Amino acid sequence: MKSVELENIVKTYAAEKSIVTAVDNVSFSVEEGELFGLIGPDGAGKTSIFRILTTLLLADKGDAKVLGYDVVTHYKKIRDIVGYMPGRFSLYQDLTVEENLNFFATIFNTTIQENYDLVADIYRQLEPFKTRRAGKLSGGMKQKLALSCALIHKPKILFLDEPTTGVDPVSRKEFWDMLKRLKAQGITILVSTPYMDEAKLCDRIALMQNGKILQIDTPPNIVNKFGKNLYAVHSENMFQLLIDLRTFQQTASCFAFGQNHHLTLTEDPLSITELEEYLKSTNHLNTTITKIEPEIEDCFMQLMKSPSPKEIIQ
Amino acid sequence: MKQLLTFLTKEFHHILRDKRSLLVLLGLPIVQLLIFGFAITPEVRMANIAILDNAKDETTRLIIHKIENSKYFDIDRTLIKNEQVEKAFKTGKIKAAIVFQQNFQNELMHANKAQVQIIADATDPNQAATLINYASAIIMDYQAGLNQQNKLPYTITTETRMLYNPQLKGAYTSVPGVMGMILLLISAMMTSISIVKEKELGTMEILLVSPMKPWLVIISKVIPYFIISLVNVATILILSVFVLGLPIQGSLLLLIVSTVLYIFCALSFGILISTISDTQQAAMLISLLGLMLPVVMLSGYAFPIANMPFILQVLSNFVPAKWYIIIVKGVMIKGIGMEQIWKELLILLAMTVFFLMISIKRFKIRL
Repeated sequence: MKSVELENIVKTYAAEKSIVTAVDNVSFSVEEGELFGLIGPDGAGKTSIFRILTTLLLADKGDAKVLGYDVVTHYKKIRDIVGYMPGRFSLYQDLTVEENLNFFATIFNTTIQENYDLVADIYRQLEPFKTRRAGKLSGGMKQKLALSCALIHKPKILFLDEPTTGVDPVSRKEFWDMLKRLKAQGITILVSTPYMDEAKLCDRIALMQNGKILQIDTPPNIVNKFGKNLYAVHSENMFQLLIDLRTFQQTASCFAFGQNHHLTLTEDPLSITELEEYLKSTNHLNTTITKIEPEIEDCFMQLMKSPSPKEIIQ
Repeated sequence: MKQLLTFLTKEFHHILRDKRSLLVLLGLPIVQLLIFGFAITPEVRMANIAILDNAKDETTRLIIHKIENSKYFDIDRTLIKNEQVEKAFKTGKIKAAIVFQQNFQNELMHANKAQVQIIADATDPNQAATLINYASAIIMDYQAGLNQQNKLPYTITTETRMLYNPQLKGAYTSVPGVMGMILLLISAMMTSISIVKEKELGTMEILLVSPMKPWLVIISKVIPYFIISLVNVATILILSVFVLGLPIQGSLLLLIVSTVLYIFCALSFGILISTISDTQQAAMLISLLGLMLPVVMLSGYAFPIANMPFILQVLSNFVPAKWYIIIVKGVMIKGIGMEQIWKELLILLAMTVFFLMISIKRFKIRL
């Protein structure tokens, strides 16, 4: 049985004077026990999908099912069995760490003791401060407590809307380790994140932009579909280099990417020598061109850049 | 059940840990009651007046003595000339002046008629009217004493009696008013704010997507403020009986039952506010504008309803506080029973049911 099924889901919001389509005809499904990621920037429609699946929003069109229950007609059933951590999840600032965790455990009909092993790794770091008010915790600690609260009731399916936004890299890694352990216990997990490096930790991902799904596949397959040679270019004047590379005639795409610029060419690999000569002529110092393996983010940039079917028709 | 208890514990933590709000919640009724009961009263005491005695005879001396001995007046200055009267008013120190004509006693004894002029500062019309009443009463009283000695053929003597509030104490109106106001404010405003707070913080999202039933959430939000309201009712009643000296004439049980009904009405109004506002500020504004203003203006607490224009009189019927104040005045001060107030109780009950029905209809099980 599929844990999550969406079919042609459309959700629009009435904004000032215009209508914003937050989710545009989205269909996908998540297998039982799968760790599925929705990857995309802010405004891609991730939160709306989460809210439709957790029965908090009604879609304008389309059908959605969670664990076989329809999100509209059987919303009560779904609310009993899912776990949900909203993006702007905030704790009760005037309750202590322990009181917060205890409260959420009880609300979900369980106790801290019963599922302690699930949250132990993260909660252990919080235990020295368990009598401290949540409002007096540091930002990272707050998020860890929030994660513990969302996990405490060991749900059959877990919806995590940007759980690692604003969390330090170490805690992020710990969190993803925890997700893997949860997955090993058979919990289906649907997670969203704007961080591309977290995408490859999922079993399957959906790349999203402007309410549409650009691609759904496993991370290795998405990388394989990149289909072009990718080069990392570096020189001393990186800003000028970006401008120069973008004016180069054979450049298909060029993006600033950490320490390097990632570049694809229209006629590959013929033009690589031309590129070297071109860069020489533009007086760049210490130029290096390295062929590299593409990452999810490269694929995402490429998909964003490729024209949508509508534009082709026009 | 365990869910409810935990939720209640959480709510009490919220309330008890916010010391400043708690102080306001519990202290406000005490402060308001004492201010309205003692400091701000329509009674006039020890008003400064000036006396211009152009006669300086036995009668005027006796009248002045009588005025001086009353608790309402304090003779601030004695004037000699008519011109000084206006000057004395302009200093702002005196509220009234009493002027006796020349040969007061002679005129009274021989022409059977003497004139005394009472001038009052009418920048505060109510106070001026009260002062003139007091002064006239004192002079009339003196005259009555005279008449007793040499009987007149025809006299009508009026004998007044102020029922239920013989001393005309301000507390008799302020206690029911403060109860109507405080209970509505705490029950409706605080409940709506605490529910809306969950929406604003985003915790409502989790509570909705949890096995916890929405009505349990609402019940848990309402119970703490119900208890605080009861504590406030107790303090108000204790203060009014023992400090303000206002006896409870009717049945205490009936008073408490109708108060509980009024609290329910206010709580359901609070729930209704929470269903139509998304931010704490909005909830507070609606509560203040939608509750405070009508309670103060239209409940008959500050201004008599009978004096209002027709439209406001009609509107005042929709203010729960109006009915509650009628009940409290009746039971507490007049000592009337169920048979006289069942209509008001029924109206409050109907309003409660109405607010709850709309709330249930408007309550969002989704975002």
